[in-house]
Amino acid sequence: MRSLRTATPTLLSLAAAFAFGIVLLLLAGAPPFEALWLLVEGSFGSASKISATLLAWSPLLLASAGLVITFAAGLWNIGVEGQIIVGAIAATWVARSLPGPLWVILPATIVAGAIGGLLWALIVGVLKTYGGVHEIFGGLGLDFVAAGLAVYLVLGPWQRTGVASTSGTDIFREEAWMPELEALGTGWPVVPVVLGLASVFIVWLLLRGTRFGLRLKAVGRNPQSSFLLGIPTNSYMLGAFAIGGALAGIAGTVQATGFHHKLVPAVSGGYGFLGILVVLLASFSAAWIAPIALFFVAISVGSTQLDLRLGLDSAFGGVLQGVIVLFVMIGGAWSARRVSASPTAAGEP
Amino acid sequence: MEATLNSIIAAAAPLVIATMGETITEKSGVVNLSLEGSLRLSAMTGFVVAFWVGHALVGFAAAAVIGALIAAIIASTSIKLKLNQIAVGFVLTLLAADLASFLGDSFVGERGPRVPALPIPVLSDIPFVGKVLFDHDLVVYGSFLAIGVTWWVFYRTRAGLNLQGVGERPEGAFARGVKVNTLRFWYTVLGGAMVGIAGAAYSLDVKLGWRETLTLNLGWIALAIVIFGGWHPLRVAFGAYLFGALQVLAFQLQDVFPGLAQVLPVAPFPLMILALVFVYSSGFRKFGDQFPRLRGLLGGAAPAAMGTVFERE
Repeated sequence: MRSLRTATPTLLSLAAAFAFGIVLLLLAGAPPFEALWLLVEGSFGSASKISATLLAWSPLLLASAGLVITFAAGLWNIGVEGQIIVGAIAATWVARSLPGPLWVILPATIVAGAIGGLLWALIVGVLKTYGGVHEIFGGLGLDFVAAGLAVYLVLGPWQRTGVASTSGTDIFREEAWMPELEALGTGWPVVPVVLGLASVFIVWLLLRGTRFGLRLKAVGRNPQSSFLLGIPTNSYMLGAFAIGGALAGIAGTVQATGFHHKLVPAVSGGYGFLGILVVLLASFSAAWIAPIALFFVAISVGSTQLDLRLGLDSAFGGVLQGVIVLFVMIGGAWSARRVSASPTAAGEP
Repeated sequence: MEATLNSIIAAAAPLVIATMGETITEKSGVVNLSLEGSLRLSAMTGFVVAFWVGHALVGFAAAAVIGALIAAIIASTSIKLKLNQIAVGFVLTLLAADLASFLGDSFVGERGPRVPALPIPVLSDIPFVGKVLFDHDLVVYGSFLAIGVTWWVFYRTRAGLNLQGVGERPEGAFARGVKVNTLRFWYTVLGGAMVGIAGAAYSLDVKLGWRETLTLNLGWIALAIVIFGGWHPLRVAFGAYLFGALQVLAFQLQDVFPGLAQVLPVAPFPLMILALVFVYSSGFRKFGDQFPRLRGLLGGAAPAAMGTVFERE
C-alpha cells in the first residue's frame, strides 16, 4: 500500500509536468504531440540513435552514482561539473602523451580520469572539513576554475595544429578512443555503458550492505551525533568526496575518449548538473538512478531533433527535465504534508 | 581615468542591484540559489516585453515580476512544504535558464528600447566626481540608491533589526512577536524582484538586446560576491565594483594580453574561496575577538539560520 500511496502523487506530478510542456509548446506555436513524439523518435528511433542515447547515458550514470554517495554523506557536490572536466583533462593528458596499444591506454585513461576527479573533489572536501568553506561555494568556485583551465589548455599548450580554436584539441589517435562494438550497422558504446552500470551497482551495494555505507549515511543524517558516537566524520566526508569525484572523473574520461575523441571546453556536457536533477528525482536512492537517467538523456538527446525538424530551441528538453523534478518534489512534499496531518502517519520517509 | 571609472560604475550597476537583493534575502535566512537562472529569464522577459510595448520601463516591471515569482516559489516551498531551499533553487536555476533560451530564441538579434541617459544637471558639472558619479542613467542611480537604502535599513532601522533577527536567531525574533516566516517570504520576494530588475538592466541598458550568453555566469558570480562581501551591503557593493573593474580591465586588455582577458572572469571564484578560508581561519578569529569592530568590517559570517526552516514548536 505504501508504494501506491507514494506513486500516485509522483504520477500526478509527472502528468502536470507534461501538461506544462504541452502548454509551452503551444505558446511557441509548435504542434505539441508531434514535438513530444520527436523526443522519443530522436532518442530511440533507430539503431544509431539508441547508440547515441546509450553513450550519453553512461557519463550521466557515473556522475549520478557519485552524487548519490556525496548526498548520502549530506554533501551538496555542486563541484561535480569541475570534477568531470578535470577527469577529462587528465584522460586527455594520458591519451596525448602515453604511447602503446589500446589495452594499455584504455585502463590508463580511465584511471587518470578517476584520479583527476578525485583530487579535484578532495580540494572541495579539504576546504569544507578544514577550511570551513561550504562545499557549495568551494565546489562552484572550482567548477569555474576547471572550466577556465580547460579553455586555457585548448587555446594554449594543447591547441590544435595550425590555429588555436575553441572547437577543441587535435583528435586523439585511434588507439586512445574507447572501443565500440560493431553491430546492426552502427558502433555500440559497450565500455562506457559497462562503466556506468557498474558504478551504479557498486554505489547501491556500498550504501546498502557495507559498514562504510551505513556509517556514511549516519554522517549525512546527523554529523554531530555521529561524531560523538566515534565516527571520524571528516574522514567519511573526504571519502565521499573521493568516491564521488573519482566517478565524475571517469565520466570525464568517457566524454573525452569515448564521445568527443578530443578535449573541448564544454567537455562536461552538463552531465554533472543534470546528474543532480536525476538524483533529486530519485530521492537520493541508487536503485532508481539507471531508469531515471535513461529517461533524462532520452529527453536531452531527443530534443536536438526539435531544433532540426521543428526549428524549436533544444532547450525545451532542459525545461521539461526541470519542470518534472520541480513538480515531483512539490507533489511529494505536498502529499507527505497531507499524510502527516493525519494521525496514522509515520514521520520519516 | 574618469571615463574608465565611469564605465566601471555603469558596468557594475546591475550586479550591484542583484547582489543587494540577494544580500537582503540571505540576511532574512533564505538562500535564493537560482540567480543564474533568474537573471537570464528576467533579462529575456524584460527585453521581450519592452520590445513589444516599446517602453523600457514596462520591461523592467515585467522582469521584476519574474524575479519575484521565482523567489516566491523558493520561499513558499521552503516555508509551507519544508522543501530544501538549495534543492529547489538549484532546479529553478536550470529550469529558468533553459526556459529563457527556449522562449527567447526567436528574439535573438532584435533591438529593443533603451534606458535614456540622464546626466544630473548641476552635479554632473562638478569636475571629476560629476563625470564619474552623476553622468549616468536611472539604472545606475538606482544601484546607488539600492546600496544606500539597504545599508540604512539594515543598521539604522527597527525593520532592519527584525530582518537580521529573523536570519540570525528566528526563535528569539519569534518570541519578540516578529512574524518570522511572513518576513522571510516578503524579503525573499523583494530580493528576487531586485534580481529581476538587474536582469532587465543587462538586456535593456548594458547591452541592447537578448541572447543566451548575455548574463552567462553572472548569477553565480553574484552569489560569490555576496559571500565575498560577508553579507554586509557596503562590502558586497565593493565586491561588485571590483568585479566591474575586472570586466572593464579584461575588455580593455583583450588586445594586449589575450590570455589575461580569458583568466580575469574566473578570478572572483578563487577570491571568494580565499575570503571564506580567511574568515574561518583561527588567526582571524583570534584577531576578531580582540578587535570586534574591525572584525565586522573585514569579515562577516553567514546569517546563522540561513537555509534552515523555521517551525513554531
